[in-house]
Amino acid sequence: MSGVDEAWPVSRLAKALKQRVESDWDATWVRGEVVGLKRYPSGHLYFGLRDQLAKVDCTIWRSVAAKLRSAPEEGTEVFALGKPAVWEERTALRFNIVQLIPTAEIGGTAQQVEQTRKRLAADGLLDPARKRKLPEWPNRIVVITSIAGAAVRDVISVARRRWPAIEILVIGATVQGEAAVAQLNAALATVALLDGVDLCIIGRGGGGKEDLAAFNDESVCRAIAACPVPVVSAVGHEVDVTLADLVADLRAATPSQAAEFALPDRDEAAHRLASIDAAMAKAMVGLIGRRRERDERTRDRLAAALTRQLHSSERRLMSAGAALPAALERHVRRPRERLADLQGRLGPAMSRRIDRLDSRIERLGATLHSLSPLAVLGRGYSMARSADGSIMRRVADFKPESRFTLRVMDGEIRARRLPE
Amino acid sequence: MTDAPNLGDELTRLEEIVRQLEAEDLPIEKALELFEEGVRRLREAKSRLAAAETKVQQVLRDNSTDGTVRLEPLDG
Repeated sequence: MSGVDEAWPVSRLAKALKQRVESDWDATWVRGEVVGLKRYPSGHLYFGLRDQLAKVDCTIWRSVAAKLRSAPEEGTEVFALGKPAVWEERTALRFNIVQLIPTAEIGGTAQQVEQTRKRLAADGLLDPARKRKLPEWPNRIVVITSIAGAAVRDVISVARRRWPAIEILVIGATVQGEAAVAQLNAALATVALLDGVDLCIIGRGGGGKEDLAAFNDESVCRAIAACPVPVVSAVGHEVDVTLADLVADLRAATPSQAAEFALPDRDEAAHRLASIDAAMAKAMVGLIGRRRERDERTRDRLAAALTRQLHSSERRLMSAGAALPAALERHVRRPRERLADLQGRLGPAMSRRIDRLDSRIERLGATLHSLSPLAVLGRGYSMARSADGSIMRRVADFKPESRFTLRVMDGEIRARRLPE
Repeated sequence: MTDAPNLGDELTRLEEIVRQLEAEDLPIEKALELFEEGVRRLREAKSRLAAAETKVQQVLRDNSTDGTVRLEPLDG
């Protein structure tokens, strides 16, 4: 205790308190309800923060107030970041706030997500027109997810069944909790460092709604938009669509579904190869058939032309009559014999040529049989064709009530799609 | 990575061959050449489709030197 003779002026007390309170105080998050909010013409905000046991007077200076994402509202609970300060004139303690977030916005709640969504939309990142098409035949895909989670296993198992000719690069990232945002962003940045990547799947194997926060984070969404290859989101939640889903080029409900979207189907490719087989065979048979017809027509035309020429020579000879000297007769007979000889040789030459083509067609036929789509059909596949003969591959090809033929191993079945 | 060209490129080429074969007035020698190429590619594509095996690797970043990555096999 100090003596009376050492009494402090009030201002010294105030100054000492100020120094004690303000020195070495790190910015602190405080949680409380906003009460007695006053907005001064100067732009500063004054209010109290309160819980059941205590209350603290707060200030938000104009410069800070102008930058707040959401202004405090009377009666709402907020998180406030700030430092205590002492106002010497009244030796009053104030909590000087530098950042303020309504508690309702923390944890990916609707309000915060909506605000982020608006910012992303304002920058055009949600525009359907900027969505990229997935490459039809990927060789190398990236999966960003937790190494320990089910998502990696799910993608691999779909790949092995559907399109084994794929290389999967896994970039591990925590998908929930405090580190998730930073790790997801780092993983997305890593994609750009890898060569030959066709697309990227980002997601998680499952979890609760509170764990979706990282996929509603603005920086993660922007990193997805900036990814150099198309991104498929697979956040693993049927009901809630995250902002990552909206920014991604394609949204899948689960990692398995993402892999289904991203990878071609081996069976479908086999079907396509089979129809190429069939088309090639048909084209070849048609081509050779046309060619043979043409050769036959050429032979007939040549023969007819030679015969005509021969006859006209003959007629001229006849008209020249016996008056012609014997030498002239020889001159005429020789070409005539040559013509007859030519005609005799032309027939066999053409026949030989056609025989060669025939045997070639036979060989091709044998090859074609080994590649025949019937062999594929024999394994239990069937091939649907529309009325115009085109192959129907997708559900969309089958219009309700439309008729089509179903090609099976031993014939065709006329069929019709049932009404919805 | 799988061997180039990939199956997509093969299918594209095969469909191009079919289109050419279907064109009128293709010289027979050219047609045979295309057909033989088609048959060869079909065989290769079919065997590749049957034989391929999924390769899974983990991407690891080297924290000391930013920007370098290495790949390590990952057991699926």
